[in-house]
Amino acid sequence: MNIVQKPSFVLSQRHLLGIEGLSREDILNLLDLAEQFVQLNRQIDKKQASLRGRTLINLFFEASTRTQASFELAGKRLGADVMNMSVGSSSMRKGETLIDTAVTLNAMRPDIIVVRHHASGAVELLARKVDCSVVNAGDGSHEHPTQALLDALTIRRNKGRIERLIIVICGDILHSRVARSNIILLNALGARVRVVAPSTLLPPAIERFGVEVTRDMREGLRDADIVMMLRLQRERMNGSFVPSTQEYFHYFGLDQKKLAYAKPDALVMHPGPMNRGVEIDTTVADGAQSLIREQVEMGVAVRMAVLEALSRTLPNR
Amino acid sequence: MLATERRPILLANGRILDPSRNLDIEGDLLIADGLIREAKRGIGAAGVPENTEIIDCSGNLIAPGLIDIRAFVGEPGAEYRETIASASQAAAAGGVTTIACQPDTSPVIDDPALVDFILRRARDTSIVHVQPMAALTKGLRGEEMAEIGLLKAAGAIAFTDGAKSVTNAQVMRRALAYARDFDALIVHHTENPDLVGEGVMNEGEFAARLGLAGIPTAAETIMLERDMRLVALTGSRYHAASLTCAEALEVLRCAKEQGLKVTASASINHLTLNELDVGPYRTFLKLCPPLRAEQDRVALVSALACGLIDVVMSDHNPQDVEGKRLPFDEASPGAIGLETMLPAGLRLVHSGDIPLMTLIKAMSSTPAELLHLAGGNLRPGSPADVIVVDLDAPWVLDPAALKSKCKNTPFDEARLTGRVVRTIVAGRTVYEYA
Repeated sequence: MNIVQKPSFVLSQRHLLGIEGLSREDILNLLDLAEQFVQLNRQIDKKQASLRGRTLINLFFEASTRTQASFELAGKRLGADVMNMSVGSSSMRKGETLIDTAVTLNAMRPDIIVVRHHASGAVELLARKVDCSVVNAGDGSHEHPTQALLDALTIRRNKGRIERLIIVICGDILHSRVARSNIILLNALGARVRVVAPSTLLPPAIERFGVEVTRDMREGLRDADIVMMLRLQRERMNGSFVPSTQEYFHYFGLDQKKLAYAKPDALVMHPGPMNRGVEIDTTVADGAQSLIREQVEMGVAVRMAVLEALSRTLPNR
Repeated sequence: MLATERRPILLANGRILDPSRNLDIEGDLLIADGLIREAKRGIGAAGVPENTEIIDCSGNLIAPGLIDIRAFVGEPGAEYRETIASASQAAAAGGVTTIACQPDTSPVIDDPALVDFILRRARDTSIVHVQPMAALTKGLRGEEMAEIGLLKAAGAIAFTDGAKSVTNAQVMRRALAYARDFDALIVHHTENPDLVGEGVMNEGEFAARLGLAGIPTAAETIMLERDMRLVALTGSRYHAASLTCAEALEVLRCAKEQGLKVTASASINHLTLNELDVGPYRTFLKLCPPLRAEQDRVALVSALACGLIDVVMSDHNPQDVEGKRLPFDEASPGAIGLETMLPAGLRLVHSGDIPLMTLIKAMSSTPAELLHLAGGNLRPGSPADVIVVDLDAPWVLDPAALKSKCKNTPFDEARLTGRVVRTIVAGRTVYEYA
């Protein structure tokens, strides 16, 4: 199968650092392109040649299984040579700075670097020091653009649209790059976004993000089309942001009872990895309304679309 | 030292501004033997000693040399960031004739021998006056008070824990009470470290969008409020090191109205920049305390205009490339400021927000009074620390031209109006803009 695209579609920038800065057209074009990769990924022969000869480096300063695997598969299916580097085995542990690492890798002439880093803004900093394209695979509490794109694709495939849907994001909004990217993207595509969390897990001035804010699940889930749960990091569970996992689950954990507040055809999402019994109950996570596995499938397609789109901006000589 | 360097100097036909006596006249200023002799209309070439160097200052401002109440100099321990020599070059180029250096060095200046060390190093290597502040608590640990009496006798002009706040209220109370017996000035950084937490910039929408942890203004206000209660209890002389937000100014106003011996500084950065200047994670704009919202900046400027804010300081804090070329979270806070304090401050004058007299006063005569220094004015008999400023000269800041060892200026490539053309310390020209 050949991927046919509007020949005019070229991303408006060399890097994908965040959803912020993408136009609505960029987003829609990426989703349309990803849609075609979904079909391709379900075939036996998944190999494409659009990135043949290109080098992709996955540079992960923060542990990740699914995002790294997803980018690796995406790169390989498009024909790129993929190298994975993670912090445990890199020289960052020996005191090399982020910029030194960037400059060093840049000298090896990669075409695209995919970066995850624990500090907000670190990917942008790295992007300023290299000649190739950079994809943000999550920076601190800032952005995780490919996650937001794959979430949007999942929603669109299941609901047929994003406009006017009521999409509720629940949990640790404060520390979540997934929440930030999703809020920007879903707003850009015309959804009604609601966030539900205890006050300690909401960023200051969250209402300025163009979302409805509530601290109560019953109120927050009313008429919801999509319920998106966020992961609560272990170190934030015991007294620092919420008193205990038990109390958190009691008020904010998604179980069948709370899900019943939403529309009967509401669908459940989670960026993973899940803490079963903390933010989401197993019966919901694995239930009929769950899209969690489909999100993972869309992840590969979306990342292929991003790599493909960026490769069109790469120099060809 | 060449004898010619101490020739008498006549600064002729300038605009003489002396905030210590509200003087703003066209005239001549005569300097001899390291002292100001006369400042008045029409001294002229005829009325000066033989051998006097006559400098035409037509169109320029003649003002007291500036006194920077808060500047970090890397000696001892961080000479790679700044030495007394390099800081003094930067100061001279910025019209600063006295630096009050900070004690948060390595080792900490909490011992009379170290005060002596700074004074001797300054004598040997500095082209401007250097006045050391000493630690308020031993090792800046906030646990036991430093030897306030002996340190003051050795030459410490004030006591501060630098960019650290003394969190233990009992320690602070006793230090304030004890300092009062020596009429020592306590300068305190007002930030509650627990509320600062992991924060790296002002708390609010902008930090939330950048995914950076915020520092609430309450961190400052709470600490200042506590301090005001303790000052009321002890009657000591207290100076808030760097106020940044509208709520804190309200606390300060109440304290002053009660008659407490309280004064406060604002940094030139907080008067001229706001949180939005951080932009795309610009680490040169990562400061401690952080840049605040625009309404806080505006409140700070108004407070300076009405005299609620007493002093404007540079908060000069050189950080080398390794400390700044990092993700925002991990970068060291601080910005250099000795060379840009006056030109940046002149932005407020040119925009009509602050009268020139108010700005110069907050950078010269007021800090001199607080620190009990003889300079900071143009009265006959005072030390001849004088600057000549071309108020209207437009220029673009080139970081490579800065004298400071580090180039972490928030005014990188900024367009500025007004620059120092001559700096005179103790009757000797130490800087001249070519």
